[in-house]
Amino acid sequence: MRNPEPMQGHQQNWYEKRRGVFPRQIDGTFRRLKWAIMAVTLTIYYATPWLRWDRGPYAPDQAVLVDLAHRRFYMFAIEIWPQEFYFVAGLLIMAGIGLFLVTSAVGRAWCGYACPQTVWTDLFQHVDRFIDGDRNAQIRLQNAPWTVAKAGRRALKWSIYLAISFWTGGAWIMYFADAPTLVREFWSGEAAPVAYASVAVLTATTFALGGFLREQVCIYMCPWPRIQTAMLDEKSLIVTYKDWRGEPRASVKAAQKQQAGSFGDCIDCNQCVAVCPTGIDIREGPQIGCITCALCIDACDRVMRQVGRPRGLIDYATLEDAAREKAGAAPTPHRKLIWHPRTLVYFAIWAAIGCALMFALGTRRHIDLAVQKDRNPPFMVLSDGTVRNAWTLKLKNMEGRPRSMTVTLDGLPGAAMWTDTMGREDAARSVAVTVDADAIRPLRVYVAAAAGTHEQSFAFRLEAKDAEGGGDRVKARFDAPEGEGESE
Amino acid sequence: MSEHKKIDEATGVETVGHEWDGIEELNNPLPRWWLWSFYASIVFAIGYVIVYPAIPMAHKASDGVWKWSSRGALAAEVAGAEKARASTLAAIGATPIDQLPGKPELMQAAVAGGRAAFRVNCVQCHGAGAAGSVPGGARGYPNLNDDDWLWGGDLRTIETTITHGIRFPGDDQTRQSLMPSFGRDGILPPEQVDDVASYVLSLSGREKAGAAAGRGAAVFSANCAVCHGADAKGGRQVGAPNLADAIWLYGGKHEDVVASVTNAHAGVMPAWGHRLDPVTIKMLAAYVHSLGGGEKFAPAAQPLAQESTPAGPAAAAAR
Repeated sequence: MRNPEPMQGHQQNWYEKRRGVFPRQIDGTFRRLKWAIMAVTLTIYYATPWLRWDRGPYAPDQAVLVDLAHRRFYMFAIEIWPQEFYFVAGLLIMAGIGLFLVTSAVGRAWCGYACPQTVWTDLFQHVDRFIDGDRNAQIRLQNAPWTVAKAGRRALKWSIYLAISFWTGGAWIMYFADAPTLVREFWSGEAAPVAYASVAVLTATTFALGGFLREQVCIYMCPWPRIQTAMLDEKSLIVTYKDWRGEPRASVKAAQKQQAGSFGDCIDCNQCVAVCPTGIDIREGPQIGCITCALCIDACDRVMRQVGRPRGLIDYATLEDAAREKAGAAPTPHRKLIWHPRTLVYFAIWAAIGCALMFALGTRRHIDLAVQKDRNPPFMVLSDGTVRNAWTLKLKNMEGRPRSMTVTLDGLPGAAMWTDTMGREDAARSVAVTVDADAIRPLRVYVAAAAGTHEQSFAFRLEAKDAEGGGDRVKARFDAPEGEGESE
Repeated sequence: MSEHKKIDEATGVETVGHEWDGIEELNNPLPRWWLWSFYASIVFAIGYVIVYPAIPMAHKASDGVWKWSSRGALAAEVAGAEKARASTLAAIGATPIDQLPGKPELMQAAVAGGRAAFRVNCVQCHGAGAAGSVPGGARGYPNLNDDDWLWGGDLRTIETTITHGIRFPGDDQTRQSLMPSFGRDGILPPEQVDDVASYVLSLSGREKAGAAAGRGAAVFSANCAVCHGADAKGGRQVGAPNLADAIWLYGGKHEDVVASVTNAHAGVMPAWGHRLDPVTIKMLAAYVHSLGGGEKFAPAAQPLAQESTPAGPAAAAAR
């Protein structure tokens, strides 16, 4: 290493204070889209736990419920048991590939519109405007000395932050228990400690991440922008400043003094910077701080309208199309840019997983038998010489009602079975049991066959004894002493 | 001062001023909050070292202010589990064993507790599956899964057997009996021992009833029937095994039986009442009873037994 010029007299900054971002209020196509998406996503988040869904007397009536205590996941008409967690895994894979799909089609649209960090930051920035006023007023107040008035405003604003954060954390736990009951328990202090802890943690994180860290989360903490940077290619829609059209910049007055054509369309009004929720300058080109929320497009379009120049100086464009446009061709309509091979491949994978999940869901059985044999000892000789094997059967009933079922021996001639709640004197070829709604009933059965029975295969057959019917058949192995050996 | 600043041309970012073979490092400052979170983690680490065992000393790490240890944590968890179990154990202790089957939840808990105690105390002889002697191994440890009981197979009897043991020297009420060694002590000549072995094996069809068995029948009624019964089906008062069934504790081949008659066995089981508390023994009895060979209470206790059959009142009513 060579250090030819020690930095004498110059103090370098290794750390940097966060530069405040005070985005200006803007109205336009994309702002309205953001409003709509914010309304939809927040409504889904806050309202879903309160939707009801009638599942009969044996199951909860909450439409979406992650019932950790009873190991059940309810989502409208679908009920998932822990052993079917692959459905949830499949949904998560779909969500992942869905993100890839969205990225390849419309760039970082997730970041710009739907990411909770974006939505909550947007919400909190509206609170800022509501309490402190728009951009300039916010900057003034930020730079003003601490007075009672400023402290009061800050306290008010932070209280609203806190209220939103608390509501956010509070809504989260509603997904894990019956919402009306939980609200009552929560306020009367009877809810589980984990409920209070979850609300506290989520309130704190929402307050800190939405109220203060904001774009720092996107730029420094979140891995997704970096992954997306790698996923974007020349066919991805990104927010583009059309520098070939905008440069060199000059104000309208300055441009008028010069000869026509010596300046570009950009009047250097800085509106694109002023409205940016992450505080970047899009004119520097694509960058990691750009979440492609397109508010700068709204801002620039308005300015272009005011100065009488065509819209779209800043616009969604692919690198490929930008190159074409730069060469003089007309820009391709966005809807034509969305469909390219990568998008189609992602969509095909995404749809295939979705179809497979739907198929699995539609064909899964709601009645099931599992058998577990006693292996120690594998068989047992009773005093009258008969050979006895023991199993633990598990009768699964996924229906929301108790069902009568029978378990029958299929094969193993001459054998009979009995359970541990009945005597051997009642042994028979089949046993009738009732399985509770939405439950697995373990059943210990003894199967005895006459002396001299050889080791052989047979099956347990489960049949539901109601109108709907259905059942299962599981193979099992009957063990017996080999040959005429002694039994001890 | 500004002449000391080095700006990278491509990015417009200041460099730190170092250079490695022409490679320079840009100075993109870290956010200040990152620095504070770093300081906060240092403070946390200091607190952690003070509170938890962390500093290596000569023999072990420092104790830490909270005196936390994995053993202590385990002990606390075990204590917590015992506390949680205490009420169930007390309920099992307060319930006479005759009434245990009438309370399915208690019975279930007792079977589970018995299973755990069995794993600790009983598997050494009876095996993990309670199947007793393994073929080819040491003989004489009864299989507890089957329906053959030397001293009786209802809950109360099993509890008594476990509490006082079998032929256990230190217990006054232990199960006691002693079969004479007919051959070794010269009570029966070897050919009569041979005959009586043929006779008992013919009872369960293991040998064809021939002349030897006929001779053996007389020997049996004169010498053996007093304990094993005239029909050779055993006697539970003295723990005499049923000789007419398919289960042979010390082997069911002719030479095995001859050996047993010549040199009598007198298996010993410790009296667990000296080592285990009554509740554990009650749970062990429930577990052993649940293995598939458990018997109902003897007719003498009929009214009680009816009330407490595992099937409950419905079965009693149907009877």
